[in-house]
Amino acid sequence: MGIYEIDETVTHLFRQESGKMCAVLTKLFGLNQVQIVEDLVQETLMSALEVWKTNGVPENPSAWLYRVAKNRTIDFLRRERNFNTVIAPNISKKLQQQHEDSAWLDAFFLESEIQDAQLRMMFACCHPELSAEQQIAMILRTLCGLTAKEISIAFSQTEETLSKRIFRAKEKIRSAKLRLEVPIGQALLTRVDAVLQIIYLLFNEGYKSSTDNAVIRKDLCGEALRLSAILVQSEACKLPKAHALLSLICFQSARFDARIDKYGKIILLEDQDRSLYNQRLIRLGYEHLKKASIGREVSEYHLEAAIASYYTVAPSFDQTNFQAIFYCYELLWQINPSPFIALNKAIALGHYKGAEYGIEALHEIKDLENNYVYHSALGDFYKKIGQNIQSKMCYDKAMIYVTLPAEKELLKAKMKF
Amino acid sequence: MDKYMLVFHNVPQVEEVYGSMSPEEMEAELAKWGSWIGGIAAQGKFISSDALEPSGKTIKGSKKVITDGPFIEGKELVSGYLLMHADSIEEAIELSYGCPIYDHEGTVEVRKIQVY
Repeated sequence: MGIYEIDETVTHLFRQESGKMCAVLTKLFGLNQVQIVEDLVQETLMSALEVWKTNGVPENPSAWLYRVAKNRTIDFLRRERNFNTVIAPNISKKLQQQHEDSAWLDAFFLESEIQDAQLRMMFACCHPELSAEQQIAMILRTLCGLTAKEISIAFSQTEETLSKRIFRAKEKIRSAKLRLEVPIGQALLTRVDAVLQIIYLLFNEGYKSSTDNAVIRKDLCGEALRLSAILVQSEACKLPKAHALLSLICFQSARFDARIDKYGKIILLEDQDRSLYNQRLIRLGYEHLKKASIGREVSEYHLEAAIASYYTVAPSFDQTNFQAIFYCYELLWQINPSPFIALNKAIALGHYKGAEYGIEALHEIKDLENNYVYHSALGDFYKKIGQNIQSKMCYDKAMIYVTLPAEKELLKAKMKF
Repeated sequence: MDKYMLVFHNVPQVEEVYGSMSPEEMEAELAKWGSWIGGIAAQGKFISSDALEPSGKTIKGSKKVITDGPFIEGKELVSGYLLMHADSIEEAIELSYGCPIYDHEGTVEVRKIQVY
């Protein structure tokens, strides 16, 4: 029985709570026992399904889940053999003596402890011993409660590939004796970067991914938001760039409901109904952009958050502050002079100073000959200045390199002169 | 959040320095401005900015007497502006500190935009 057969709220609850329970129990059992932990959590969710189906969802479902998880854990520990081999090495003598009584477990499920456990889990999953792909898979599996199948859908890969990836990651955790801890000092600063990077990738995967499964995509974005919020709530990790990343995610997520039509098709920024933008997320975005601006650092997250803010708060596409966006891309380009940044910079310039400037800047970019966005942007600017023949040639070129059906549709729509 | 305008003033000699820069020097100068403005934009506070040509016409009084240029020997002239959001004049001043105009001994005038 899949756990997604009951309604969406329960699905969300399960994802979140399984992530929390996983983190908490891993703190208890140790990172090397993550499989046992996952089994206990899975059993807990299963029994919740059984009981809730007949009795309805309880008033405080999270508390209900935690209580069952605790009981399952105690049951597991009462099997003396398990306790001695699995748990004893991880906990203090005092706790070892109390293990028959379940009260001591309550301390692990305090809100602050849950936060702490999730934070540790995040850092553990982003350990440099694991590849970036393994890091994302582990975070989604353990912290976000996605099944291997769901992760495989999100990344357009086979379930087998994902299962293997998770299995290898767990083996690596055991063999390298990775620990569930937040590093301190200089090591913390380096690792925070890795955590931010993974959350960023996670968000982008949800925001831009090619998968048609809108529910999973939205969940990935929601999880990225939740994880970065945990990060900035931690005293050690509330760095300006962590706030900047959270701000970016807020601004982008604010547009989520406006960018897909009821048939699941992408709606271009130009055509979105801006009254659908989520004002609460926009306010949150500004709040964190402000916190991100304390100090001198201007990271890529700062700039991307600011760009997203300008796009999101403009009353219409034409009234977007493209001058501000242009300057943000200019700085981004100084940090990372990639052709894609140059492309976005040129597009912003064209909107801000005029199509001719955009065309000139686009022609200066090398290495994007096979990129459909590049040709499409050229086509847009030629169209704007009435050079329809040039414009059509560019769109035709774009058509050669476009891959996704949704993007092909958009291009076709543009080719009407 | 309130709006503030930074008004840039240069002495005419500095305008001449700008005018005689090589393309490379000009590019380096513009990059400095770009970095500074980008830093304000990165906080979501940038609204707009433009530089002004050093010469123009001045029109004065009810007779609308037109004269050439804003040049008045020895006096500073307006060379551009930047409009931005800021919480206070102190913040606006702080944000102005990175402005490359200070390297040329130029002046930045910080003014709050009136709201009626």
